[in-house]
Amino acid sequence: MTVPPAAYVLLSTLLFVLGALGVLLRRTALIVFMSIELMLNSVNLAFLSFARMHADLSGQLVAFFVLVVAAVEVVVGLAILVDIFRTRDTVDVDEVDLLRG
Amino acid sequence: MESAVFLIASALSLVGGVGVVTARQPIHSALSLLVVLASLAVLYLLLLAEFLAVLQVILYAGAILVLFLFVIMLLHAHSPELHPSPKLGRSHTATAVISATLLFGLLAGAVLQALGGRVVAPPPPGFGSPEAVGRALFTAFLLPFELAGLLLLVGIVTGVVLGKAPERREAGRPEEGRPAREEVLTRGGRR
Repeated sequence: MTVPPAAYVLLSTLLFVLGALGVLLRRTALIVFMSIELMLNSVNLAFLSFARMHADLSGQLVAFFVLVVAAVEVVVGLAILVDIFRTRDTVDVDEVDLLRG
Repeated sequence: MESAVFLIASALSLVGGVGVVTARQPIHSALSLLVVLASLAVLYLLLLAEFLAVLQVILYAGAILVLFLFVIMLLHAHSPELHPSPKLGRSHTATAVISATLLFGLLAGAVLQALGGRVVAPPPPGFGSPEAVGRALFTAFLLPFELAGLLLLVGIVTGVVLGKAPERREAGRPEEGRPAREEVLTRGGRR
């Protein structure tokens, strides 16, 4: 392996920060969701590079479970989003503030 | 060879990531996300995670992204002028960028300190193959695996319940000016 593991983990860090920026900067709930997916994927990349680094399969298994949880999260999240859109006609996360104290 | 593939795939994933965050239209974000997912699948192959790479393509690019596109089209069909994300205040943007930069500095410092000059253990034969992953899933990770199945079931039921069209208050009595579902169906059939 000519590419050092630090390069993979650094790339995953960059992608994670990009996803966090998306969550902080964008107001459309759909894009916030996609940024969360970006962060989950970057964490998966870190897990896989750690698995490769230690030649231990457990990291890949954890990435597998992250994948499953991400799939369920997207299904439930998008269903909630569609419901919100039905009742409020917007997917702007600043507009949906019924629970604001 | 490996470095070249790594450089190309990582550059593509970063470009896609910037696209996800900066695109004005949600649909462009979704397509950028597809670029990220595909290039990450290539990186997974470089990391000898064949099974996860295939899953990434099937599950993420195949299922999750299609769901995203479907919802985007559904919402846009209802509101053609889904306002392309209103401008945020300058202080908000600055705060977000500064905190993200600080987070990156923190993480990158920790990574370089912990992993700088790390050598990689040689993998055993068959590392990351479907057989090896499946064997681990059904032995050491059996309980989480079953729980994941349960979680998927919960996800399916939730999706069906939440995605159902809202029921009308009085069943059987159509509202004024709005034909009941059966009426629409029979009219469509007669046409």
